Amino acid sequence: MTSNRPPILEVRGLRKSFGHLEVLRGIDLEVLPQELVFIIGPSGSGKSTLLRCCNRLEEPTGGSISIDGVDLMARSTDINAMRRRIGMVFQSFNLYPHMSALGNVALALRRVLGRKRTEAEALALAALARVGLAEKANAYPAELSGGQQQRVAIARALALGPKIMLFDEPTSALDPELVGSVLKVMRELKAGGMTMLVVSHEMRFARDAADRVIFMDHGLIVEEGTPEQIFSGPREVRTQAFIAEIAR
Amino acid sequence: MQALLQQFFDFAIMARALPLLLTGLGQTLVLCLVVIPLGLIGGLLVALTSLARSRAVRWSAAAAIDFFRAIPPLVLLIFVYAGLPFAGIRLSPLAAVAIAFLLNNSSYYGEIYRAGIESVGHGQWDAARSTGLKARQALIYVVLPQAVRNVLPDLISNTVEVVKLTSLASVVALPELLYSADMARSITFNTSPIVLAAGIYLVMLWPIVRLVSRLERRIAS
Amino acid sequence: MDAWSRFLDAFFKWQLIERYLPAILDGMAVTVEIAAAVVITGILLGLVLAILRAFRILPLSALIVIFADMLRALPPLVLVLLVYFGLPSVGINLPSFAVLWLVLSCVLAAFAEEIFWAGILSIPKGQWEAARSTGIGFVSTLAYIVLPQAVRLTVAPLTNRTLAIAKNTALGMVIGVSEILSQATTGQSFAGNATPLTMGAIAYVILFIPVVVLGRWLETRFAWRRA
Ligand SMILES: Nc1ncnc2c1ncn2[C@@H]1O[C@H](COP(=O)(O)OP(=O)(O)OP(=O)(O)O)[C@@H](O)[C@H]1O
Ligand SMILES: [Mg+2]
Repeated sequence: MTSNRPPILEVRGLRKSFGHLEVLRGIDLEVLPQELVFIIGPSGSGKSTLLRCCNRLEEPTGGSISIDGVDLMARSTDINAMRRRIGMVFQSFNLYPHMSALGNVALALRRVLGRKRTEAEALALAALARVGLAEKANAYPAELSGGQQQRVAIARALALGPKIMLFDEPTSALDPELVGSVLKVMRELKAGGMTMLVVSHEMRFARDAADRVIFMDHGLIVEEGTPEQIFSGPREVRTQAFIAEIAR
Repeated sequence: MQALLQQFFDFAIMARALPLLLTGLGQTLVLCLVVIPLGLIGGLLVALTSLARSRAVRWSAAAAIDFFRAIPPLVLLIFVYAGLPFAGIRLSPLAAVAIAFLLNNSSYYGEIYRAGIESVGHGQWDAARSTGLKARQALIYVVLPQAVRNVLPDLISNTVEVVKLTSLASVVALPELLYSADMARSITFNTSPIVLAAGIYLVMLWPIVRLVSRLERRIAS
Repeated sequence: MDAWSRFLDAFFKWQLIERYLPAILDGMAVTVEIAAAVVITGILLGLVLAILRAFRILPLSALIVIFADMLRALPPLVLVLLVYFGLPSVGINLPSFAVLWLVLSCVLAAFAEEIFWAGILSIPKGQWEAARSTGIGFVSTLAYIVLPQAVRLTVAPLTNRTLAIAKNTALGMVIGVSEILSQATTGQSFAGNATPLTMGAIAYVILFIPVVVLGRWLETRFAWRRA
């Protein structure tokens, strides 16, 4: 990406510790508009923590984060207003089990954006249509397959019109035959110009959808490059070992 | 403020009432030693009855349990203590309390055991029976230990309720802790003895209440 | 047959049933009124306390825990006597039914708080995070996501606990609230016969058995704790 527009997400010197455990040890990262950045790394390297810091579900210990030029850490920033511009999709879906698919998507529209019920439901239905689930609007999460639940979760984030979407292993909890449906939706989002930061183990998806791949280990970015560079010719020993490990 | 302290926290009166309250505490403990084992054993029998093969037996057990759960324990106690003499059955306060609470507590303990036994999967019975254990042996050695562990917080918390229940014995003039405290109150015209009794109950039961909360939380998570 | 008729005479004497029925019915009305008042205030107060505790403000949470622990550890009769005999001597005069209502409401609130709190804690962290990540604030998350789910999990234990505490309205006899048991024991000593006591017991069964059955049904329906 050779855009010279300012980045949507800008992370500088990000640190995070849990007690004595230093999980992030100075992360610098930019995600440009419409870019899809893919993060890989061993378990415990801090990938989820990085994503969760980006909407302050985790409070960073140090460093700065800005979204679309707004400093996320500033006192004057309304974090809830910012969060709706940062879509987040979790590994375990986290749908609200007591609400229909439509209810799940409409809730924040009503309670955060203050839309009227009919308006919120129309927007929610449109978001569900984008993930191919308009006909499941009245189904409850328990009545949906894992893949469908995850697509509802994507619609829930999408409906708020986010500037960027964060995906934390969105397909890891899915049966193999359901993974494709979620990846298809993510590809469509990418094609539609969404800015995305994705933690995942789906290397095939990374190869053909990612603009850039980042390898993290022990709370640091070890190496970054195009998918081609990282998967076929990694420079760092740790990256080589990790790629060899997952290629088996 | 002064009046409040004097009425509720008169330490001189508390000190004078203490020996009487300690005798009462002794009676309360005796009562517990009678009532808790009776309830635990009665409850087990009730649970086994309510899991019986015959539907008629199961339903009559459920009906009896529900009946005794619908009646306040104090009503049961007064019925046994003041009502039965009209049928020529005259009981000491202790015997009346033991009988009334046996009926009440067996129903509660019984429901807890039943839930516990039901929580142990049928596979455990099958496994035990397939190794040649008789039904009774399977129950005692395989199912009950797991059942009790699964509902331990409920068993303990019900036991706290049973200890609290013993205070009702004061109504039939059994000189346990609360009865002694109320007697001291009526002699001194001061509420401090009851505050002291409350303190004694707290010392006995607060740690257990805390423990149960912790246990429940651990099981829930 | 002689024993049988003597038994009937002691426990089911027809003239006495007729004579004491109005008093027992009055008692039932009083019991229902106090029990209903206790259930409403007790459960509401318990819910408010559990919600306050969810804010995790340390001193406040500590106070709530102390309140809930003490009221769960003390026998209700101790509390009833404490308030009934204690308050007048410091210049607060409450009628005895109000004492009963106050004490039982607090006891129910203590148990309800614990049950609601356990329900709130049982909601997975992911539910909070999903809501917060869409910009929904703490209070709205509690109101729309956490409490609706928590309350479902609490209905069965709450019903059983509420019944247990509603039955404590019988303690009113000790301080002269004219509820069922008072009426029954008064009748028994006037008539020199156990029939009013039998009537009292039956009155309780009529009032509370529906709740017992409801609790049993809810327990099988929402058997969550031992899932
Ligand atoms: N809330 C927390 N409290 C304490 N330690 C935590 C917490 N969250 C994460 N950690 C620790 O931080 C480290 C990084 O965790 P993180 O979840 O970010 O790793 P990850 O790269 O996402 O791993 P995975 O691939 O297994 O999901 C781990 O050692 C983890 O144990
Ligand atoms: Mg992770």
